[in-house]
Amino acid sequence: MRWLKTYAEKCINCGKCMEVCSKTYFKEENPALSRVVITDPGAGRNISVCNQCGACMAVCPTEALYRDKNGVVQVDKSKCTSCLMCVGYCPTGNMLYAASKQTEPFKCVACGLCAKVCPTQALELGKSE
Amino acid sequence: MDKMKVLAEWSYTPAKIDKGYTRKTLYVNVGEPRMEIRDVTQDMIDTFTGGRGFDLKLLWDAVKDTTKWNDPENEIVISGGPLCGITQYPGAGKSYAAFISPLSGQTYDSNSGGYWGPLTKFSGFDAVEIQGKADKDVILYINGDEGKIQILESNQPDINAYTITENLHEYFATSEADKRSISVVSAGKAAETSYYGCMNMSFYDPRRKVTRLKQAGRGGGGSIMRDKKIAAMVVKFSKMGGNENNAVDLDTLQKVGVKLHKEIHDLDDSQCKMRKIGTAHLNEIMDEYNLLPTNNYKFGQNTAEIAKIHSSEYEKLFTQGMPDGCWYGCSMACAKAVDGFTIKTGPCKGQKVTVDGPEYETVASLGSNIGVYDPLWTIEANFYADHYGVDTISLGTGIAFVCECFELGLINKTDTNGLDLNFGMKDDIMELIHRMAVGTDEFAAIVAKGIRYMKKAFAEKYKADAAKMEAIGMEGQGVETSEYVPKESIAQWGGYYLTLKGPQHDEAWLIFMDMVNKQLPTYEDKAEALHYFPNFRTWFSLVGLCKLPWNDVEPANNRIVNPPKEAAKVPEHVQNYVDIFNAVTGKAIKKEDIITMSEKVYNFQRVFQVRMKQGNAFHNIPLRALGPVFADEWDARKDYYDGKLKEIGVEPAGLSTETKIQKLQEYRLGMWDGLKTAVYKRRGWNKKGIPTVETLKRLGIDYPEVVAVVEKYSKPEDVIA
Repeated sequence: MRWLKTYAEKCINCGKCMEVCSKTYFKEENPALSRVVITDPGAGRNISVCNQCGACMAVCPTEALYRDKNGVVQVDKSKCTSCLMCVGYCPTGNMLYAASKQTEPFKCVACGLCAKVCPTQALELGKSE
Repeated sequence: MDKMKVLAEWSYTPAKIDKGYTRKTLYVNVGEPRMEIRDVTQDMIDTFTGGRGFDLKLLWDAVKDTTKWNDPENEIVISGGPLCGITQYPGAGKSYAAFISPLSGQTYDSNSGGYWGPLTKFSGFDAVEIQGKADKDVILYINGDEGKIQILESNQPDINAYTITENLHEYFATSEADKRSISVVSAGKAAETSYYGCMNMSFYDPRRKVTRLKQAGRGGGGSIMRDKKIAAMVVKFSKMGGNENNAVDLDTLQKVGVKLHKEIHDLDDSQCKMRKIGTAHLNEIMDEYNLLPTNNYKFGQNTAEIAKIHSSEYEKLFTQGMPDGCWYGCSMACAKAVDGFTIKTGPCKGQKVTVDGPEYETVASLGSNIGVYDPLWTIEANFYADHYGVDTISLGTGIAFVCECFELGLINKTDTNGLDLNFGMKDDIMELIHRMAVGTDEFAAIVAKGIRYMKKAFAEKYKADAAKMEAIGMEGQGVETSEYVPKESIAQWGGYYLTLKGPQHDEAWLIFMDMVNKQLPTYEDKAEALHYFPNFRTWFSLVGLCKLPWNDVEPANNRIVNPPKEAAKVPEHVQNYVDIFNAVTGKAIKKEDIITMSEKVYNFQRVFQVRMKQGNAFHNIPLRALGPVFADEWDARKDYYDGKLKEIGVEPAGLSTETKIQKLQEYRLGMWDGLKTAVYKRRGWNKKGIPTVETLKRLGIDYPEVVAVVEKYSKPEDVIA
């Protein structure tokens, strides 16, 4: 199992995680294109990212959402019809979309790049058997 | 499977979709055979929009004034519309099939889910037009991947829907995964004797690993298919990405779609439970309001039996948790199915199948309306109706008529060739359905042709009382009524019997607004509703959308921020439709434009009906639809009906029940005339229901051939002052 563990109390909202994520996957530094989303609602910081719960898999009409060998839920673009029902049904709001870049939705795939650049260890790549 | 012989083949370059249109239509004559790719003009788009609009325009040009349903020049035209095939908004895979109907002798248009509409559009065609007749069974194959149209000699031993659909998905797919790139249109054996043959339209279900069937159920499209010796029509398109329609503003389309997905996620369970039970959530609600057709619409309620067909019974039988949309992206997911169902009778006896449905209409038509309260029986009847290719609504309402004729002694067991067809006689009724498919039983063949035909045939062959049959035969314009009891709602009399094509719930469903919420007190209110809703609902048929996500879910604040009459329109969803239409097409329509776009096609279709009926496109209403016909119906709700007499100033005490019935009928027939006049006037029609030339001009449909029909059949004295 792999997933991104978050420690919001350590986050200083430097934005480096969102930069590296969006740059890596969409060639553009843009928080709107990041799969890990930091918000500052006032009382504290919020780190929102997919927890690989898999609730989206059941609503996909083409079984384009599947768990890979690390238990990470992936989007198979060859099967995806870009209907975005998974976006509507994600219990944590972490299936994302951006018409400017692609028709298919996107999500955190637990690659760990953001955890590597985080200066305060607010993000950690979780691994378990 | 052996390879099928290619009788004709043509290559073409599939047009790409631009802002929702390919601007090409496909014409195939299966008799000659001939293929043509025709251009869609800007005028066609501006006036007819797409979908049913395109169908009717092409059909108008193809037929003569005298064309009968089984003449070779009759066509089946199928079109989706500019929004058909988007995946981002629920319910966007619908297409409409239009044709001259065997039941009514005028146009009928029937909508279907499944993948046919989107995949034919992705294959390059805004509409598919089929004309002519083949000598022997053929299969039309549209290969959008390779740009090839083929007419194949059918080698299918069984043309019934479940079998041929599975076989053809298997035949044309390169792998199991490829099966979802295919859609098959099929009818069945009963469509060869019936006037109400349906057209099944398939999609492949990757989780269940079976083909699923939706239907363009009503009007007899399947009968025409079989008359043309078409065993099936197949389309294949495998290169879907997710923006085939090349929307101008994908961002808005995605945002509005996600909003609806979230809304359905949050609210469906507490509203209509479509994801769990589909349309069959209505059963007990209709029964409670005396609206569930019971014993040929004699009654609207059966408190002793309703528990057996309560929606919770069906919920147990439908497999839960499946993404049951009939096109990608439909989170309403109402295409419920019963899996692992063992068939008990007929040629499929012993087989374990997945049965699509039943929908609410079938729960009632092949259930309460024929006195059967047995979900397992209804599921099997549903299976065979689809498999044999007949409309479950016409089948059930037709059999309900038969049952009452039998109960009244108008026909007997000799006439029925041994079948006891009283209400509730489920074994013999199932046998009747099988006999329709076999085709050799004379009585079954008569039943298969529908109520209007039966009334004539029963009178001629079996000396059945014509006046009684006329009172109880629930048909309008030759088409069987769908499954709501309209008796106590004047607005619904209009919603059923002042329609373009016959009494169906596609056009208007006003019962709750009228009877429960009492929002339509005057004739003018009712006429306004009978102008607005048919035109609003027509719009869905022009653009490729399903109506269920419009009002089978509503925003949480819909009834808080909107007064009741407005809430019935679900204004936020109407705005959604405006937004996604503009997002795909790049146009800038407003809510009001929805009505204008529809009014053009609505009135064009009315003139088309007038044309095909030689000026006499008459709106009839059976007496059973207006109130009780026999004493038992009155006495089942004696206080209520006695009260109705008092309301109109007639004292019921001392009157025989027959007299009371007669007095209420007289009064209500007068109300019907008043309603008809008010509605015709509001629609811009004359006393015969013919649109005036002024109306044609106002709507921009004053084409010479349309004006010619109006002028031919309109008299100055028919103008409504």
